Amino acid sequence: MRLALTLAALILVAAAPPTKRLSVTLPDGEGLLPERYGVSADAANSNCLACHSAAMITAQPRLTRVQWGETIAKMRNVYGAPIDPADDKAILDWLVAD
Amino acid sequence: MLTRRALIASALAAPAAAQVDLGFGDNPLRSTTRAFPQKGEMILQRSTPPLLETPISVFDAHDFTPNDRFFVRWHYPFPTEIDPARHRLRVDGHVGKPLSLSLAALARLPRVALAAVNQCAGNGRGMFAPRVPGAQWSNGAMGNALWEGVRLKDVLALAGVNAGAVAVRCGGLDAPLVEAAPDFAKSLPIDQALSDDVLIAWGMNGAPLPLLNGFPLRLVVPGWYSTYWVKMLDHIEVLAKPDEGFWMAKAYRAPANALADIAPGAPAGPVQPVSAMRPRALVTNIVDGAKLPPRGLTPIQGVALGGDQGVKAVELSADSGASWLPAQLGPDHGRYSFRRFRGALALAPGKHVILARATNAAGVTQPLVQNWNPSGYNRAGVDPVRVEIG
Repeated sequence: MRLALTLAALILVAAAPPTKRLSVTLPDGEGLLPERYGVSADAANSNCLACHSAAMITAQPRLTRVQWGETIAKMRNVYGAPIDPADDKAILDWLVAD
Repeated sequence: MLTRRALIASALAAPAAAQVDLGFGDNPLRSTTRAFPQKGEMILQRSTPPLLETPISVFDAHDFTPNDRFFVRWHYPFPTEIDPARHRLRVDGHVGKPLSLSLAALARLPRVALAAVNQCAGNGRGMFAPRVPGAQWSNGAMGNALWEGVRLKDVLALAGVNAGAVAVRCGGLDAPLVEAAPDFAKSLPIDQALSDDVLIAWGMNGAPLPLLNGFPLRLVVPGWYSTYWVKMLDHIEVLAKPDEGFWMAKAYRAPANALADIAPGAPAGPVQPVSAMRPRALVTNIVDGAKLPPRGLTPIQGVALGGDQGVKAVELSADSGASWLPAQLGPDHGRYSFRRFRGALALAPGKHVILARATNAAGVTQPLVQNWNPSGYNRAGVDPVRVEIG
């Protein structure tokens, strides 16, 4: 095993950089966020999913309304997300409806 | 516990192969996926931009993490088609002679192969207590590979670094969707950039980099967190003054102490960019909460990294650290590589907590208590593994 690895390392040192074109297809995102306890996800769907797919939100631990508010502010102020301030309440209502 | 929100999270994740429980107190379930190009089964943290985690079982079977199981982390969209023959690496800024280098031109420099662990600064964030927002990784946002390419310092020498250079900023082909968002770029202090071990790599475990891991070129900064390992590298800029860009001045910063540690809720003190990694050991053959049959000696194995130094020792304990047994270390692939370990503990029927801790060549030992900070960086403490024998 150790000999094999040593040989592999020697061969590797001689390996040339790639020359062949590489083309891949990425899978789709996770789709839309669902309504929760009767609270509509429309505002979250229209404001949040352009830059990242739904799992970024659904994978989070339980966060407070204040923490989610800080996250919205970060997305808007740091990453330039065009989140309509009029939608903040509806987005927050959905985020904490769990 | 299967909560409603966990069910929603899992139902959303498509296409789903199976589910894994990452053991977090809240929202621990994730789907696994085989839908990503050049990747086998991965834990799906997010499809767009991709966050794919390596299952711990992969580390149990390999010194070098296979390319098709290596974790993936992107901030922004990136090209999905790349012609390496047309790719150019620009080197400019505070240099004598700005360059635009093809891969063929790079390949004329002395070639180097080096084993190194690439670990996300947020690896293990999902286990922070109290929890913090961000990518909710378990311990699979890391991997070990044999990287091949040329030294950054040799490329910088071609361009001729001017006197007074303080940093080297590196950027790749990824770009934000929103124009106002800060383009991703990371800077190395000039001394680090000119060190022998920092590479511009095109090879990973004997093959070209997978596209999701940075094809055709990425920076390799052994011993430092992967935020510096810029993927799809196309621009190197030598700076005559410190990098005031968002990704150095605002993001990836942690409390300015050795363990990046601060008490939850404490006022934020001074911070500094995350940089060097800490020693860590991870048990890979026993899942936390496992039930195992009784036997004379229970085998325990895993992987360790030394941070920015080699692994000197891994020790095991089943008595909360009152006594430690040395584990046997596997093959040494160099100071920056994973080092596998194996040992055994005599565990009587009943409940036990297995601890594995690493010590590096500089004598730094992994602490038993976890560090904490509000961004979930630099997780460095021992991860206890609870087992029930019998």
